Amino acid sequence: MIEASGLKKTYRSKSGPVHALAGMDLSVPRGTVKALLGPNGAGKTTVVKVLTTLIRPTEGTALVDGIDVLSNPKAARRIIGVSGQYAAVDENLTGFENLEMVGRLYHLSAREAKRRAQDLIEQFELTEAGNRPVKGFSGGMRRRIDLAGALVINPKVLFLDEPTTGLDPRSRLSLWAIIKNLVSDGTTLLLTTQYLEEADQLSDDIAVIDGGRVIAEGTADELKAQIGGHRVVVTLVNPADAGAAREILGRHGDGEATVGTDGRTVEVGVINGPRALQYVLGDLGQAGVELHDAGMRRPSLDDVFLKLTGRHAENTDENAPAEKENAK
Amino acid sequence: MSVLAPENRQARPAPEPGAASMWLSDGWTVTKRNLTKLKRSPDMLVFAVLQPIMFVLLFSQIYGGSIQVQGTDYTQYLMAGIFAQTVIFGSTFSGSAMAQDLKDGIIDRFRTLPMSSSAVLVGRTNSDLVLNGISMLIMMATGFVVGWRVNAPFSSFLAGIGLLLLFSYAFSWVMALLGMSVKSPEVINNASFMILFPLTFISNAFVQSQTLPAPLEAFANWNPVSALVQAARELFGNVGSVPTPDAWPMQNAVPTVLIGAILMLLIFVPLCIRKFASISSR
Repeated sequence: MIEASGLKKTYRSKSGPVHALAGMDLSVPRGTVKALLGPNGAGKTTVVKVLTTLIRPTEGTALVDGIDVLSNPKAARRIIGVSGQYAAVDENLTGFENLEMVGRLYHLSAREAKRRAQDLIEQFELTEAGNRPVKGFSGGMRRRIDLAGALVINPKVLFLDEPTTGLDPRSRLSLWAIIKNLVSDGTTLLLTTQYLEEADQLSDDIAVIDGGRVIAEGTADELKAQIGGHRVVVTLVNPADAGAAREILGRHGDGEATVGTDGRTVEVGVINGPRALQYVLGDLGQAGVELHDAGMRRPSLDDVFLKLTGRHAENTDENAPAEKENAK
Repeated sequence: MSVLAPENRQARPAPEPGAASMWLSDGWTVTKRNLTKLKRSPDMLVFAVLQPIMFVLLFSQIYGGSIQVQGTDYTQYLMAGIFAQTVIFGSTFSGSAMAQDLKDGIIDRFRTLPMSSSAVLVGRTNSDLVLNGISMLIMMATGFVVGWRVNAPFSSFLAGIGLLLLFSYAFSWVMALLGMSVKSPEVINNASFMILFPLTFISNAFVQSQTLPAPLEAFANWNPVSALVQAARELFGNVGSVPTPDAWPMQNAVPTVLIGAILMLLIFVPLCIRKFASISSR
């Protein structure tokens, strides 16, 4: 459904060429959801912009539903729906007017555009807000309108660029519910995110990207198998216990335990989270190690990154091109 | 409830309309959006209405007593100048609005829709034409109150309005291209102020160019703003017995403006459409 190969995008900058995409291959089969997981600057937005006809790659090919996006962008635009990282809604129009306008620009008839806008307002639970200018809306509501805008025609292929970045947890959950619902209808979806949990919740398949190319691909389970399921994390009262704690965590963990830069946080990937935590706490108690805090957490993008690249996701700036995601 | 419920399945795009009807309907959809915006954020409208009133009153009532124009009453002389200045400044809005839309990401939304590639630009320049038309009406009413009169046949009066609006419409396209080329809307506002202020003041808009020092006089006589002002003055019958400077554009003001406007459109419409096809928010 989406087939991209060898995508390169090079920007000129004062400090030499910047490779926002450095030969990215991507394939999303019909009716499936693929998440592009990566830190800021990895090339997520750039690849979405290429596939949605917004920018032309320096090299490479891209097909969406068999349509060559580079040579026939107009035809591609008729079948795609796009919702960006920054909610692209008109502040001065009401929610209804925004959706109606989008419908008209997809060349629905005036009546059809109105009807569709009304349907979406109801389905996205924006009824109270539908008749007020977007200006006064919360971030979550704007995102919902933006997402609704992407669904005005039932698009064959949907692109969501960081749909929940910057949202509070409750809005994030509500948006997830909407996206899951879409997915159950068999929409082909390409989604970008910085959150492993989001990729896990919403997608069939994850491509981890870094420096403008795909560095790992697989289902959430496959990726997690690579990095271990949960992680057990303890914070020590006394940094002097770090060595002992590391040994105990290593005993019950799946791999080496690591000590954080603060010298007091020790963690390890584990296969069975709750059981490992019980054992770890028991052994630490017997060894007389005092704890500030102890718990389990799900692996994060950073863990995946550390495992795959040996460096932290936040420190990718020197290798990864500035994608200008934060420039606004 | 499913978002793609069966009853919505027919919400597919209609068979693609012909290029001409698509251009018209998309252009109108965007124009309507811009006008709604104008209605909802009246600060722009207030500016477009108040500024011309202030200029008419300032020049006719305050400076008017001190500025002598040989051959006519100053208010008669002044009005064409204020019309020209106001519509030119009004056109800069096309630039800042394009820059703002780009910054807000709306342009990205538009560019992923199967709409006519010039519709956003057409909608932009159309709605700014409407804004300039409103400004013109207000100025004319204010001018009338302070004693301005049209001394020409009605057809000539309409031609004068048409010429002012045509020039401002063409200039909107120049500004739209600038708006798509800068990093922020503020740049447009500052740059247009710095360029257009001298351009409109070193002209025959408020004083006769003969009264200026020689280099400025030459500049004023060849300044396109002067040609626009001179053309409007002639069509509104406000020239009186003021001598027309010798320079060709002053002697042939109406053709100069027509040629200038058509040239601007021929050059900048295609440039704008090309630029639009590659812009995206950063």
